Parts: sequence; structure tokens; C-alpha cells
Amino acid sequence: MNLRRVEGIVNVSRRDVLRGGTALTLSVALLPALPGCADASRGGAAAPFEPNAFVRITDDGIVTVISKHVELGQGAHTGLATLVAEELDADWSQIRVEDAPADAQRYANLAFRLQGTGGSTSLANSYEQFRTAGATARAMLVAAAANRWGVAADEITVTAGRIEHAPSGRSAGFGELVAEAAQLPVPGEVRLKDPADFRLIGRPVTRVDARAKSTGTAIFTQDVRLPGMLTAVVAHPPRFGATVKSFDAIAAKAVKGVHDVVAFETPVHRGVAVIARDFWSARKGRDALKVEWDETNAFKRSSADLLAEYRALSAKPGTPVRREGDADAALARAARRLEAIYEFPFLAHAPMEPLNCVVRLGDGECEIWNGDQLQTGDQAALGKLLGIPPEKVKINTVYAGGSFGRRGNAHSDYVVEAAAIAKAAGLTVPLKLVWTREDDMRAGFYRPMYVHRIEAGLDRAGRIVAWRHRIVGQSLVAGTLFAPLIRDGVDPTSVEGVSNLPYAVPNLSVDLHTTELPVTVQFWRAVGSTHTAFAVECFIDEIARATGADPYTLRRELLAAHPRHVAVLDAVAERSAWRAARDRNRILGLAIHESFGSVVAQVAQLARTDAGVTLEKVFCVVDCGLAVNPNVVAMQMESGIGYGLSAALSGAITLRDGIVEQSNFDDYPVVRIDQMPDIDVHIMPSTNRPSGVGEPATPVIAPALANALAAANGRPVRALPLAAQGITLT
Amino acid sequence: MISLNVNGKVLDADVEPDTPLLWVLRDHLGLTGTKFGCGKALCGACTVHIDGQPTRSCVIPVSAVTGSKITTIEAIAETPVGRAVQEAWIAESVPQCGYCQSGQIMSATALLASNRKPTDADIDAAMSGNVCRCGTYLRIRAAIRRAAESLA
Ligand code: FES
Ligand code: FES
Repeated sequence: MNLRRVEGIVNVSRRDVLRGGTALTLSVALLPALPGCADASRGGAAAPFEPNAFVRITDDGIVTVISKHVELGQGAHTGLATLVAEELDADWSQIRVEDAPADAQRYANLAFRLQGTGGSTSLANSYEQFRTAGATARAMLVAAAANRWGVAADEITVTAGRIEHAPSGRSAGFGELVAEAAQLPVPGEVRLKDPADFRLIGRPVTRVDARAKSTGTAIFTQDVRLPGMLTAVVAHPPRFGATVKSFDAIAAKAVKGVHDVVAFETPVHRGVAVIARDFWSARKGRDALKVEWDETNAFKRSSADLLAEYRALSAKPGTPVRREGDADAALARAARRLEAIYEFPFLAHAPMEPLNCVVRLGDGECEIWNGDQLQTGDQAALGKLLGIPPEKVKINTVYAGGSFGRRGNAHSDYVVEAAAIAKAAGLTVPLKLVWTREDDMRAGFYRPMYVHRIEAGLDRAGRIVAWRHRIVGQSLVAGTLFAPLIRDGVDPTSVEGVSNLPYAVPNLSVDLHTTELPVTVQFWRAVGSTHTAFAVECFIDEIARATGADPYTLRRELLAAHPRHVAVLDAVAERSAWRAARDRNRILGLAIHESFGSVVAQVAQLARTDAGVTLEKVFCVVDCGLAVNPNVVAMQMESGIGYGLSAALSGAITLRDGIVEQSNFDDYPVVRIDQMPDIDVHIMPSTNRPSGVGEPATPVIAPALANALAAANGRPVRALPLAAQGITLT
Repeated sequence: MISLNVNGKVLDADVEPDTPLLWVLRDHLGLTGTKFGCGKALCGACTVHIDGQPTRSCVIPVSAVTGSKITTIEAIAETPVGRAVQEAWIAESVPQCGYCQSGQIMSATALLASNRKPTDADIDAAMSGNVCRCGTYLRIRAAIRRAAESLA
């Protein structure tokens, strides 16, 4: 974090703090210095060396990497800094990371052509770009040294932040050469290292955010404090589609500390906001508020009713997604047919930091502080709301306390809400919108409900001759800035994982029924794979059981054309001793799935005790190309498994008469330390360019676990979460 | 005005007596290391020490702790156990998004302050009130063991 960026934030900017009162001075006196703050105040005597948009080197030798990707926990800051430090031959201890401003010209995600973080692309899209940025800076420092010493550039070496000319015994740190390097032309072309020479890439360097996040000094949106800042807490309608009819703010305004009460409306949210000097006053004001809702257009259906409708739809052909051979005819001719229907509930993201956003409206401009996952979209949406050009929206990206997709909202829902409230109240002072956990859980933007119906035809030898797959559910992208992804009526995010089914099936048909509901939906960690992996992988096990095949051997045969899949399967079988004898203490379930360019296989190992069934261990093998930081990859495998396990065990947002039944971690339980299995992670050695790691582990655990449970109980699992099926683990 | 003893200093805050300690720390005393996660004693993100006991500050009214010694993440490094826990957290690469980690560290420090050799069951009992949505639990367990060893 850098002083320039956080200027004005009361709790991290020294200058503001020294102006402030005793309490603030104290709070900062107790904080260990933020790396960036301390360094920025030390450095900067001379103009910094900024060879490109991603690197800044100051005369104190500090190398600041400008991250175009928000740090949500996935390790993007560390990974991007590693790419720069590698080619720069910097010492890891001199590296700092700062979030980039909103500027899609310089900081676009090369996978999307807009500035944003998602799709497990942070390292994949930056791999050459950030290495080149580091190599360019290195070349210019070397050229500056060569000029100063009057020696040939190719006699100069750079090791761990030292520039050396061995023949003359001269050496310098980066900081000493900053002024001269800054005067040189930027080379048009630089050579990147041979991977064999990597000394940081591929090694488990310490995360750049580990210390700040272990000492309470990391600044999240929730922690931003600005002079004069007020806090808003909102009342949203209890049902989707309802609007504000009237409200009585007398009691709310009587609460000490409440400044104002305003109704607001955005394209996706409406409600009444209580604005106060602090959170607790606003929250008390919100509780005292009386709102009458207009429910003329309110959605009043229930999950059970929707499920019945989805099941009925799945019996009919839908929009074609993929056709190979003639699945209908092959099914009709098959010696044997299998059918299964899989059901998936709405899911909340429930990141640890409930949603929030700080906004300050100015004259023809606006500034926000946010764990911002979609800068270009947020700029556009705020520009539209405020009637200003998008580039007049300044975004200060800060750490996000998790997201799992939620902060990358295609409508910029909570960001626009914060600005709409400030606008309705005519505020020019900064405003922090804070959703409570209940607001966060009930305000929509869920992983949609889905139903899959799969029918397979087998010949007399038990070989698959037909696979007919129908998916029913809402589109994630319809009506958003991502709508152009829809082709021939098919949202690819509804069908990914089935549309690219890797198993060799001669006659395949995949259909989609896209439903429309006022319940808002959004990308959720691993997106379409969250349901497609479960349906496909559980069904493969159903076929194995029906034909007496071994689930590993069957997969291996059907995946013969996919060597990466086979290698990952073999590795997970070996690590889990798949072929060794099983007993009640070792019941195994297998699943494999490719997403975001990476292949992940997992084996869930259950043990039966007198008290019930325990998930003891998960073996996880991933092929994610070259692992830039194997420790971060392992962390993301563990994280994905924990996150997917929460959803598998108990994750469900359900509607009753249109009202969301869940509200907090008591009725939306998540995995806790005593439910976390041991995890064995193996990363396949690879020289391919990096592919995704933040999401691909998530969708694999539920089918691996379900397949193990089916092995344990003799009954297939066809709906999630397990708790709703009466299945609990001990 | 309410007077509190926080991290060894006496501080005043102009708040209503029913205000949860969490919001006094965060909004009035500028101690933002302690996090808001659920507001209902369900997630542990807001854990602080009150007279050495790990306590969910989101549900305890400030009026109930005026005579107590309050310690937050900002000062936990001043105790040998707290410092060992933080260093173990960094060594084991525990934090991902990091939002839950102040609370995790406060719970872990309280555990080790009273039990230098916790078993797995002790760790589960002391830590199961702290949710981590990033799933850092295995590393939390390893870091607690590492801190215990470094204090032995
Ligand atoms: S915020 Fe206090 S326990 Fe969750
Ligand atoms: S590190 Fe993200 S919630 Fe624990």
C-alpha cells in the first residue's frame, strides 16, 4: 500500500492522523508501520523511475509493482510481483505492491479487454506482460550502470537487487541508478528469461500481504476512514421486485447520530437508507425505520415450486448447445438406459467481509474506495448514474475480504447503491455504505438454482452409446455487460463443463432451458462448473456402478484422448492408493474436472465410525501449467475445497413465498475448523504457461464426496446440499 | 462520554452505552484491525480480549466493559504469545483474503496463553467459533502448533 494512494484515509495516512485527535494518533502509534507508508515517506527524494505502468523504483531501492488485479485472497498481488521481480532480478524483500488506478487503457485484463479480476485469469493474462515490465526496468538499470561506469552492458550482472560489473569490481543498488535510468529511452524489445533460469518463479516466496494481514494493518473497504465520512445502513425490500411505497423516518431520525433518511432506487436495488455519523447509529436508525413496501410486482414463489417447474422443463428438449451423432436415436436403440436428475439450490457467496463501498461525490467527478473487482464496469455504471464521463470516476482499489465473484457484479449493484444514496442525500462528504451480514445474504445475486437431467444409453457390453443432457436455470450474463457472450440463445456460463464434456461419447446432445426470474444471480466461484461438474461426475459414477466398472478405470478409458486428464487421474489414484484394499475406514470417491484451463482431480476419503461417516482426507492433484508460486497454488486448492465443501454440506439459499429464508451463519452454515479434512495437494510439473488456480478446485469436491458417500451408503446423491438430503458428516 | 482501557491506554468515546464494543473500537477509536463479520457472535471476526478472555466484541455493549482491560489485534504483539502467534501465521502463510485473521489470531493467542500444548481437540474447541471463508483452517492449525513449539 502506498502513501499516494491512501492519502486522505484517516487511519493510514500519517499526515491526516497527525492533524487528528488523540484517539486517532494513538491508533496509528500502535500500528506497526505499513510497509508502503514507511517506504514512501523515506523514498521519493528524487523523481522515481517508472519505465512502464507496472513498475516504479524509488531512490531508496524499493520496487513497487502496480497490480492491475485486486487482492481478494487469491494471491494475485504476490504472483504479479513475482513475475516482475523475477525478470528484474530484484530481491524479494525490496518488493512492494500497490493497486492500479482505474484505467482500462493501461490496466485491462488481457483476457477480457476491460479492467477487472475474475475467471481465474490474473496470472494467466499477465504472465508475459508483467515479466516484460520487469525485464524492461532491468535493461534500463543495466544501461544506466553501463553508462556511468563506461563498461559494456553485457558484462553487467544483476543478482538479488545488486547490479555488478565483476571485471572492475563495481556494483550498485537499484536506488542509486534510478535518476539515470529514468533519463534513458525505453527499449522496444527485451528478452525474457529461459524458465530454467527462474529463481523466484516456481518457488514458494512469502506472500506480500502476509504480515499486514497478520497484524490487523491491512486496509479493507470496511476500514477506510475519511474526514467527515458518514455511514449508511439500508432497508431493502423483503421480496425481489418490491418497491418503496412510503416510509416514516420520525423514529429513525430521533436516534442520536442519525443525519438523514432517504429513499433510493438503482437499476437493481431499491430501499431506504439511514445515514448517520457511525455504523451503530445508522443501524439503530434502520431498525427504527418504518417502511411500507409496494408489492404489486413482488416475486412470491418458493424454491420447492421453482424446482418442480425446472424438473418438468428438463423433460422437454431445449435450446441446442451441442450435438454429436444422434443421441435420441441411439438412446431409443440402447440395450439399457440410465437416467438421473440433479438439483442445485441458490447459493450466497457470503464473503467474510460483508459488502460495502465508500463513495465521495464531487463536482462532475466521483471517487470510490472499494475492494474493486470490475473497475471498468464500475466506472461506466457510476458515470451513467451521475451523468459524468466514466473516466471522471476515480477508483481506489483496496483489499477485498473475499469475494468469490460477488464483488465483480456486472450491474455494479452495491457500488451504484452507495452513490445513489449519497446523491439522494445531496452529500459531498464521503459516505460508507455498510451492509450487515443479513443484508449481504438477502440482497440477491446468487449462484442460480439449476436442474440437470441426464440420460445415458448403454450397449450390451455396458459401453456408453448415447448421452442426453438437459440443463435448466437462469443466465448469469443476460441483461448485463457480458450479454454478448450469449450465442444462439445459449449462455456459455450455464453449460460450461458439459458443452465441453471430455468423455468419449459417440452420440451426445446437450440442451439448455434458460429461465427468467426476478431473483438476481451472479458468477460464483467456478461459475458453471459448480453444477456441471457435479452432474457429470456423479453420473459417470452411476454408470460405473450400473456396469460394475471401477470409477477410475472407466474415466481413464473415456478420457484416453485427453492426456492431461489421464496424467492427473493417474496421479490422484496413486496418491490416494486407489487400487489398494478398501474397508470401512477407507471409502473413496473420485471426481475430475477441467475449468479455467486447469485440470483438477480429487479423491475424498471417508471413514465409517460408530457415530457416522467422517470426511478424513482429500487428495487433490492439479495441472495448472507452470505454478508461479506453488505455495499459493496449494493455498487455493485448500481454499477451493473448503469453499466447495461448505456448499456441498449445507449451502442453500431458499425462498418461501419469495422471502429468503437464510440470514446469517446460523442458518447458512459454513465449514469450520473442526469440519475441515486433511488435504494432500500435488501440483503436476509443467512448463506450459500458467492457467487458473483460484476456482478450479471448488467444483470437484462435491462430486468426489458424493461419490464416496454413494460408495458408503449404496445410494446415489442427486441433490445438494447434503444436509437437505438428511446426510450429515461427523 | 465513556472511558475505556484499550491496549493499556485510557480512551474516551462519545457513544451511547448500548453501542457494541466493536463499533466503538472501529468507528470512534480508529482501531480497525478488529473486523465486522456477522454482528451476532457467529463468526469470530470481531474477537478481542477482555481481561484476557477472548470475547466477541460485536455483541458486548460498551457499557459492560468500562472497568475491563481490552486488548485488540493492534497490541497483541506486545505479549510474547501474541507475537509468536503472528510470526507463526506469517511463516505458515495462513492469510488469504485476511479479513478473518485478526479474530483467528486473537482466539489462537488466548488458547496458547492458557494451554501451551493444545491437542487437535483443544484447537477445534478454541477455534471453531472463528469462520474463515477462504478455508485457511489447515494452516491455522499448523501455525498454532508452530507457535506452541516456539514458545516451549
Ligand atoms: S462479527 Fe462478531 S462474531 Fe461475527
Ligand atoms: S482469510 Fe479470508 S476469511 Fe479467512
